Amino acid sequence: MIRNGLAIAALAATMALAGCGKKTPDVLPPAPAEDGQTQTGEDPNAGNVSGVPLPGSRGDFLQNVPSDSVYFETESFSLDGQDRATLDSQIAWLQRYPNVRVTIEGHADERGTREYNLALGDRRANAAKNYLAGRGIPTSRMTVVSWGKERPVALGSDESAWSQNRRAVSVVPQ
Amino acid sequence: MIRLMLLLIPALAFGSALALAQDAPPIVQPSTGLSVDVTDESASDMRIAVPAMPTPQAIDTEAGNTAAVGRQVAEVIANDLSRSGLFQPLGPAAVRAISYPEVTAPQFDYWPQTGAVALVQGFVRAEGNGQLMVGCYLYDVALKTELTRQGYVVAPRDWRRAAHKCADAIYARLSGDSPFFDSRIAYIAESGPKDKRVKRLAIMDSDGANHRFLTNGQSVVMTPRFSPDYRQIVYMSYAGNRPHIYVYNIGTGQQRVVTESANQTFAPRFSPDGRFILYSMSVGGNTDIYRVSANGGQSQRLTNTPGIDVGGSYSPDGSRIVFESDRSGSQQLYVMNADGSSPRRISFGGGGYATPEWSPRGDLIAFTRLAGNFRVGVMTPDGGGERLLTDSWQDEAPTWSPNGRVIQFFRTSQGRGGKSSVWQVDLTGVNERKIPTPLDGSDPAWGPLLP
Repeated sequence: MIRNGLAIAALAATMALAGCGKKTPDVLPPAPAEDGQTQTGEDPNAGNVSGVPLPGSRGDFLQNVPSDSVYFETESFSLDGQDRATLDSQIAWLQRYPNVRVTIEGHADERGTREYNLALGDRRANAAKNYLAGRGIPTSRMTVVSWGKERPVALGSDESAWSQNRRAVSVVPQ
Repeated sequence: MIRLMLLLIPALAFGSALALAQDAPPIVQPSTGLSVDVTDESASDMRIAVPAMPTPQAIDTEAGNTAAVGRQVAEVIANDLSRSGLFQPLGPAAVRAISYPEVTAPQFDYWPQTGAVALVQGFVRAEGNGQLMVGCYLYDVALKTELTRQGYVVAPRDWRRAAHKCADAIYARLSGDSPFFDSRIAYIAESGPKDKRVKRLAIMDSDGANHRFLTNGQSVVMTPRFSPDYRQIVYMSYAGNRPHIYVYNIGTGQQRVVTESANQTFAPRFSPDGRFILYSMSVGGNTDIYRVSANGGQSQRLTNTPGIDVGGSYSPDGSRIVFESDRSGSQQLYVMNADGSSPRRISFGGGGYATPEWSPRGDLIAFTRLAGNFRVGVMTPDGGGERLLTDSWQDEAPTWSPNGRVIQFFRTSQGRGGKSSVWQVDLTGVNERKIPTPLDGSDPAWGPLLP
């Protein structure tokens, strides 16, 4: 059942992506690259033994959810259907591995001032956290950290880049 | 020369730090028309000659030979005056050298042909105790009178401070305003690609000299502020991936967390008396402003509306705080009493307003205006007289000079290679220039005038 639920959630997310609402980034974030500082975007094959990510590892998480990130409108911290589908799939995975902790990183695009963006990133990370908590993930498993505009994934100064950077990223340990 | 010696020798008694020749005769304000107006943007810059300062005897010191130091002191003075935007200095490279006896007996018949209406002369002398003495004289060329004189005794390594003090004396005498050159800046030195910026806490003199890194870049740091006595810097760090505010002790290099909390704390500011630290804390997505003793202990919450209340800056008398809040739906500026009571909105323009900083003079509040791009502007504490001083893609986070006449901020360029640099602008908005830093720079915070 868990597998089915996961598949459905993943399918829903895929459909939502295909629907390509206004808030969907034109270009999805690039393949995650190594980044020890923020822990986001690690190699999906990290923890890899003979080509298969270890169950419960970050690689396993990234392989089994449509995205580790949910995206927001400018200034906004509300989740839409696509975000909820993404988070539902994360919930399914997190429920399979109840001992895995998750850090939710909130980010903002570069069009806000530095300190305000720290607060805005916190709002976004908490929006994701509250959704996960509402669906049964214990808050004791979750940590929130805001990076404001300090760690963009897309480097341009255009709407495409900004839409990718307004995000909350669920990060599980390697 | 005997008169000069008598004048300056008492300064030696002040010892190793920076000593002012307080025993100088009281300055009689001559009936001169020579002055500059810090508020008049149409005022043409005053042409002021600053020849190299001679030395009675060329002696090697820790700072170099006194003859070379004399030229460097004049260069620093000329650069300071130039950066103020009020003067058009003719530095050592532009005017002839003067002899030592000339210092107190200017050749008033010579200087008019250079176009200079004011003249700065001085000397650098090695003292028997290893100190340097710097003499500083300001003359009115047309009236052939002395306007002010100062003497400074400094350790050789502090020779630049003597130059800044001399420039401050000239600025104060000619503008009637309080000085600001002898002060320091804390800021964040930045390097590396946009998605992995390395950020280091750094300090420098107000002209970018005496630069020093305080942290090694391992943890992301931001938003430093000097304590009023320059002994500490409060800032935010992601050390251990737990974003908190820290106090860095400049003397010992030690750092300590200000408030232990599971929540993210950021945007720290010292109160004008240094006894309190204002900071912002996010709890479950809601950010409020708090106050804690600079020694730690219990925090007091000052705002309690839903939404983002962030930043904050004390009025110079410590009685009020200006801060930013999006409680109305967009970022706007509010003034409240220091205990958090009676918040009142002061900004109403379209777009938004952020990062308010109260001028040390108390008369203005500087801010970042958000309207697509970011611009630095000022308004009065009741929200009147808004003026924008800069116009670029992103000019953010103003900080005031100690005399409230000049603002530094950081400017970010757009695109994949976007970088930040520290800039300054005066209140006319006309005199804008980049502050030289070894790496990129952001989050400048100007400290008070050094004693």
